[in-house]
This record gives sequence, C-alpha cells and structure tokens, in this order.
Amino acid sequence: MNKQQAHTAQRILVQVALVVLSAIFLVPFLWLLTTALKPIKETMTVPIQWIPSKLMWGNFKDAVTAGHETVGYYPFLVYFRNTVVLCVLIVAGTVASNALVAYSFARLRWPGRDFAFSVTIATMMIPFPVLMVPTFALFRHLDWIGTYRPLWVPAWFGSAFSIFLLRQFFMTIPFELSEAAKIDGASEWRIFRSIVLPLSKAALAVVALFAFMGAWNDFLGPLIYLLDQKTFTLSLGLQFYQSQNGGTQWNLLMAASTIIIAPVIILFFFTQRLFIQGIAITGLKG
Amino acid sequence: MMSGGKREAKYGFLFASPWLLGFTIFMLYPLVASIYFSFCDYSVLKSPIYIGLDNYKALWGDEVFWIALKNTLMYSVIALPAGMATAIILAMLLNAKVKGMTVYRTIFFIPSLVPQVSLAVLWMFVLDGEHGILNPLLNKVLNIFHLSGPNWMTDPNWSKPALVLMSVWGVGNAMLIYLAGLQDVPAQLIEASELDGANGWQKTRHVTLPMISPVILFNGIMGIIGTLQVFTVPYIMFPNGQPVRSTYFYTEYLYDNAFRYHKMGYASAMGWIMFVMILGLTFVSVKMSEKHVHYQGS
Repeated sequence: MNKQQAHTAQRILVQVALVVLSAIFLVPFLWLLTTALKPIKETMTVPIQWIPSKLMWGNFKDAVTAGHETVGYYPFLVYFRNTVVLCVLIVAGTVASNALVAYSFARLRWPGRDFAFSVTIATMMIPFPVLMVPTFALFRHLDWIGTYRPLWVPAWFGSAFSIFLLRQFFMTIPFELSEAAKIDGASEWRIFRSIVLPLSKAALAVVALFAFMGAWNDFLGPLIYLLDQKTFTLSLGLQFYQSQNGGTQWNLLMAASTIIIAPVIILFFFTQRLFIQGIAITGLKG
Repeated sequence: MMSGGKREAKYGFLFASPWLLGFTIFMLYPLVASIYFSFCDYSVLKSPIYIGLDNYKALWGDEVFWIALKNTLMYSVIALPAGMATAIILAMLLNAKVKGMTVYRTIFFIPSLVPQVSLAVLWMFVLDGEHGILNPLLNKVLNIFHLSGPNWMTDPNWSKPALVLMSVWGVGNAMLIYLAGLQDVPAQLIEASELDGANGWQKTRHVTLPMISPVILFNGIMGIIGTLQVFTVPYIMFPNGQPVRSTYFYTEYLYDNAFRYHKMGYASAMGWIMFVMILGLTFVSVKMSEKHVHYQGS
C-alpha cells in the first residue's frame, strides 16, 4: 500500500466512524419523536414498535392541556409564560450589566482593576452549593421566597463568565477609536454607546444566547425559590408532571419534552455561527 | 493629565459598580457567611447558634455523607475521563477534513443543548428495562455472546454507568472547544512531523495532543467542578438516590439537608468541604500537568 492509498483508506475509515457515531447520537432523538407521536398502547409493546401505526399529533395538544381539569388553568401554558418572562428579564439584565462591567475592565484604567479581574475569573471556581444556604437566607430575609426576584435580580449584577467573554472582545476594538472620540469631546458613556457597543453585536448576542440557555434550562434555582405551582417554570413543571404521572404516559411526557427542547434547537439552527464562536472563546482561557 | 486619569478611574468604578456590588452581595457575602453558618446550628427559622466544630464532627460520623461522597467521586472518576476521551476523539474525527463536517458537528453538538430536565425524562424512557430502546438495540450485539443488557434503572451496579452514558451523549460543548483548539494547531507542525516519518498515532501523541494540552487542562478542571456538583439529572431520574442509594450524590444530600431537614448549618459545612475539595483538586491538576502542558510561545 503506497502513501496515497493509505491516505484514502484512512479517509474512508474516518467517514465510516462518523456515520456510525452520528447514528448512535441520533437514536435518542428518534426515540423521543416517535414516542411523542405514538398512541399510548404502542409505547408498551414488546418487541419495540418504532413507527407509530398512526401519527398522534393530538399528543402535543394533550401534553399542553394536561392538568387543566384539576387546577382550572392550563399549567403548561402558564409555565411557558413564566419561563419566557424570566428569560427576558435574565437576558436583558445579563447583557446590560456585563457590557458595562466588561467595558470598564477592558477599556478604562482604575486602581485595583487587574486584581479585581483576577478575582472575577477565580469566582468561576466557586461551586453554587457553597453559596446556596446564605443566598437563600438573604432572599428569605428580603421576603423574596416564592417570587421570581431571586431568579432574575442577580442577573442584573454581572457574572464572571459573561464579563470575561465580553472583555476579550472589547479589547480587540482599536483604542485609537476611543482616543479620537475623546479628543472630539465625547464622554465615556457616549464612546461606550456609540462606538464600542455597535461594534460588538456578535459578542453581545453570544452572551444573550448563553444567558437564555441558562435561564431556559435552570432547575435548581426554581426548585429552591418557587413554591406555588402556578409560578413554576417549564423545567420545574415537567419534573412535577413526571413525578406525578411517572412511568405511565410516556407518549405525553415525550411530547412535552419535545416542546421544551424544540425552541433551543431551533434557536441553535438560526445562530449556529455565533454559538460555535462563543464556545470556542470559552476555551481560549486555557 | 492627572485629572484625566482620575476622571477615567471614576468612570471605571461607575461602569464596574454592578459587578462590584454583585460580587460582594452574591459571592463574597455568601461565601463568608457559609463559613460562619457551618459552625452553627441554623434552621433559617431561628437565628444561628454557634456550636463550634459540631457539624464537621457529625459529618465525619455520618454514614450517608460518606455514601454520597463516595458515589460522587466514583461518578466523577468514570464520567470525566469518558467524557474527555469521547470529546477529543469526536473533535479529531471532525478535524480530519472529510465531507459533511458541519452536519456531523451539528449532530454531535445538539444533545448538549437538551435541557437537563428533558434529558432526564427522555433517558428514563431510553433506559427503561421493559419498554426502553437501549437494551433491545444493545441485545442485538450482546446476544451473540449470550449476554443481555443490564437493568440500568434498577440495578445499583448499573445506575451510575447509565448516568455516565448520558453525560457522554451531552459532550458536544467540550467537543467544540477541542475542535477550536485543533484548528489552531499550525499545519506546518503536522507536515514537518510527516516529513520526519511520523505515523498517525505518533502525530497525535507527540504533536497534536501537546499542542492542545492547555485546552485539555481547562476542560479537565471545568469537568471536575461540574461532575462534583452533579444534581439535576439524578435528582429527577432516581428519586432518593435509588436503587439502594447508588445515585445519591453530594449536592443532593446537601440540598436535602438544607431544604428538607432544614439543617442549614450542616449543609453549609458540606458546601465548604466541597469548595475545599475543588480547590485542592484544581491545584493538584495544575501542578501535575505543569510538565505536560505546553503553552505556545512560552
């Protein structure tokens, strides 16, 4: 086998490996979708029936309306609205606060700045469980338990990861632009608003995207702070529904899961490039 | 000039103030307060009462604490290398410049987007002993050797591997970080080693892996911090750490102490032990890797 042939053989091997691995990675998704579309009986057959005898699109409607009789409202729709409200508040707060803070770290000089930045990076190592009890006690003291405030207010006070990500980006914007604007008499706020922010749309979008994902996914936060079923988020609601009807209506559970997963995946398809760049920057720290 | 510098400093503090406040209120204060609470009998309903080292002494003799710690460490020790190896292998395959790379990249990445609660619910049905899909598929291979798939959800020996399997499915995020690292390896380096007659394995072992070693270290440390805090998926899939407490993890016990038994001081002590463990493990990983991690240009 000469070198050329060896190269071709290697290519084919890689291609085969990729196809096989892709199939394995896709199986759980296929299972999710086919189960979501099955009549209840066919989720229990032995051997497994992959293709539903008829497509039960009504499962999605049933999943959304489930629980209506017992509580008098549509829990899923209420959870959905709650989650969207929280996501908006969290994304807005994350973008606004971290843009300001990252601007300060990247483009303004003040005493203790570099030390403060090292401390900021170090906070990424603090596990949430160690902060959990005093944070809960603090919010309880403020009488915020059972409200959304413990979940979104902290987002308006910056977070280490977003500060790091935006700072890296802000530093790549030529400093001459700021100097020139300063000579023309522009204030810091104006430089920030009219020069740095418009040039950083991609980085801001990445931060917004990650904040949205975090808020959409969060389980532990709502579990600790929300008490009333009417205030639950989708994640908490799905867990609640699962623990009430677990192991029975798999088709409805899968339909509900599909509805929760779908927005995230659709969002990914529209923002692929941003996503991939954003995650690549994460690793740059090294 | 002095006044210009002062003006800049004023704006510096002003712009940074949300985080300076946020750091103090939501990081520094809880971190310090939880040390204090860890020396107290504290139920949130009443003011904390100082009891010295009693919480730590009680933990030392608490059988459940040791079970949860052992479960967590065992899970980390399997999940971390399994996840890292899978992520690196997938990234290398994607970096091999074959057709359809973006499609494969999407397929491997998407599972990492699935929200934790949905992930748990979906895999409960994938792994289900009676009606799940994994065992029928596995058995097609295993039956050749007269074996059959285990009871992932009910056998205490297989519940942790089930969680590892799920974490490997969601390895897409780390994979993208490795892929970015691989794409930064200069092509000349690879070509030079080929001219020297290096084969595929030698190229990987002596050129590619050293070049992405800082990324491996970064992902490794993030992996330690992440796996030690595992909570949501086992909490939903295996209520109360069933079967036989084999999936009762550290953060679950901490959560139960704080919010089910209202032993907030006890939970704080557990939190601090976890924090110290993470600091120690990070320090050890950085020290141990010093000889092996190669930073470009240093």
